[in-house]
Amino acid sequence: MLNDLKSALRPALVFTLMFAVLLGLAYPAAITGTAQLLLPDQANGSLIRQDGKVIGSRLIAQGFAGAGYFHPRPSAAGAGYEADNSYGSNLGPASQALHDRVQADIAKLRRPDAVPPADLVTTSASGLDPHITPEAAMFQVERVAGARGVPADRIRRLVEQQTEHRLLGFLGEERVNVLQLNLALDTLTREAAKNPT
Amino acid sequence: MTIQGWALILAFTLLIVALAKPMGMWLFALYEGRRTPLHRVLSPVERGFYKLAGVDPQAGQGWRSYALHMLAFQLVTLLFTYAILRLQGVLPLNPRGLAGIGADGAFNTAISFTTNTNWQWYSGEVALSNFSQMLGLTIHNFLSAATGIAVAFALFRGFARRETKDIGNFWADITRVTLYLLLPLSCIYALFLVASGVPQTFASLVDATTLEGVKQHIVLGPVASQEAIKMLGTNGGGFFNANSAHPFENPTALTNLVQILSIFVIGVGLTWCFGKAVGNTRQGWAILTAMMVLFIAGVSIVYWQEAAGNPMLHQLGVAGGNMEGKEVRFGLAASALFSVITTAASCGAVNAMHDSFTALGGMIPMFNIQLGEIVVGGVGAGIYGFLLFALLSVFVAGLMVGRTPEYVGKKVEAREVKLAVLAIAMLPLCILGFSALASVLPQGLAGPLNKGPHGFSEILYAFSSAAGNNGSAFAGITSGTPFYNGLLGMAMWIGRFFVIVPVLAIAGSLAAKRHTPETTGSFPTTGPLWVGLLIAIILIVGGLTFLPSLALGPVADHLAMSGGQLF
Repeated sequence: MLNDLKSALRPALVFTLMFAVLLGLAYPAAITGTAQLLLPDQANGSLIRQDGKVIGSRLIAQGFAGAGYFHPRPSAAGAGYEADNSYGSNLGPASQALHDRVQADIAKLRRPDAVPPADLVTTSASGLDPHITPEAAMFQVERVAGARGVPADRIRRLVEQQTEHRLLGFLGEERVNVLQLNLALDTLTREAAKNPT
Repeated sequence: MTIQGWALILAFTLLIVALAKPMGMWLFALYEGRRTPLHRVLSPVERGFYKLAGVDPQAGQGWRSYALHMLAFQLVTLLFTYAILRLQGVLPLNPRGLAGIGADGAFNTAISFTTNTNWQWYSGEVALSNFSQMLGLTIHNFLSAATGIAVAFALFRGFARRETKDIGNFWADITRVTLYLLLPLSCIYALFLVASGVPQTFASLVDATTLEGVKQHIVLGPVASQEAIKMLGTNGGGFFNANSAHPFENPTALTNLVQILSIFVIGVGLTWCFGKAVGNTRQGWAILTAMMVLFIAGVSIVYWQEAAGNPMLHQLGVAGGNMEGKEVRFGLAASALFSVITTAASCGAVNAMHDSFTALGGMIPMFNIQLGEIVVGGVGAGIYGFLLFALLSVFVAGLMVGRTPEYVGKKVEAREVKLAVLAIAMLPLCILGFSALASVLPQGLAGPLNKGPHGFSEILYAFSSAAGNNGSAFAGITSGTPFYNGLLGMAMWIGRFFVIVPVLAIAGSLAAKRHTPETTGSFPTTGPLWVGLLIAIILIVGGLTFLPSLALGPVADHLAMSGGQLF
């Protein structure tokens, strides 16, 4: 047994070092090199720039509070939408805190005529969910249209255009990317101001 | 529940069963030490490793030698990672200037990644530099997976070989599995992930100013390279706190499908490889069938419960399924499916927060872990854990008909059954013992976020996850304390090596036996009767132990939830 242990020592040390170099350095470095060469946009975080400045990532939710923008789902990432602190609420199904939070969020959305879709009053797993359901977007159309002075129908059409569909008809869910929708909304408003109909 | 949801579950099941044979054939080549097409490129690396280490890959080892070499390697890699985490502050690739990790935290994390658990008390993006992620953690994602597969190979040899001490060479096994399976697959996989939106850079942070003028600090890093092996090796330790729910780890429905397939693919391949190794692939298919029955039952319950939703929210007028802690791009079906797969295997990655599942929807993942993660299971760990139950099942069948039990050509005698029971009993002992301790000590009770029975569920899930080497969590629990770091670290170590060592001892004892040919009196281990017996033994022996504790946690939670009681 002692001989076995002695004979194990050298391979244990050598294999640790060799594998550390191969798997801990060479492998990530090779993937990084290839990715930076072939897929720089995705490899660097799918960033969106406006006038040369980074305004966010296509994949990461950011908070929108103004009435003229579509709002994302509530976020438990830090104080909300902190991209360096992804978090779910982790509240259980019979949690008083969850009950109170949802109740407050429903009240904040201030639509006496309708109850918001589930995704609009529940926090996502990451706190950075970039999407909402098309229903959650439609729920907000009147508010956005009112704040922007744009006919609600044009905004509804925009939501439809921005809706991403299931892959092959069954993979994933119907969804709208909130940041991209809001960027398209800004473009639409600018154009509407130029040539009012 | 939707048609699309069931279509996804069906498509996944068909795809994974279809992958069993091709993956199994590749694994069998590595098991036998045959040449593969990749040898032309990589065999110089392999030979170089052996030469530097002074290892003769042809020299077979007895089970004691195999086990000691395996343990020595685990200890050295464990210390390596412990040192990296402690010294993080002075090591390179740390542009954010993150400090070193404390002693209890580093102890926990080093064990966690060595044992293929990947329990994470910290948030990856908050606490770890790129250097720690790559050299401290990514290497374990490969090596702990390779170790699991090596132990499975050793056990297969125990069944397949006759009257020998030799159960293979540990160094040859881990090197071949790493070089010819895990590394090349990870390279292709990582690039697919990058193409889908997963970052891969040595940069660490980008500052953005949002449309409304708020500063957002977007953390980046070598995510894709870690993500690939995190799934393939059933490790599950995320680069980010939110794990595979984070849009940077799992950006699309397609990456999600590939991720769940990659959790299971090596595990199902090993069932085929086992059948081939013992000379009858139907033995492998019988095992896979039993696994798939348990799997589909689990998915159905979770999907049903999550789609039924939370009565508390329904009362507030919010209709539909339970979307708290789930991502819109995955929805209910893909979240339910992921949660069952990740706990059936010992992966522990999550694409939704299990803590916020409905009471029964969250109970199934926990129950999967408590069964010992033998429904496909972790790479290697799943099949050797399952074979322990197979030994127990032939033993029970043998008792009923009064014959010495046999399995795949080997007589199963007192020594093997004792060792199998020892390995199987470690899990409930560890989970229930530590959970009980944490439920009465103030340091333990300080952990849970939720109140009422759900708080107890958080504790029970934590120790199930640690002892089962899973790594997922009811993540509300605050476990980054010396109390939890210490106890959970112990649970992970016991849950891994107090199973592996008995398994290797069984391999040694089986290898020494002569072949017992199948006769008309042998209990058949391929047909539906066998599959039914296996499932019954797994549920009775593996599951029954946990029913009282589940009644105090998720079942009580469910009754409260349905009755409108809040905590």
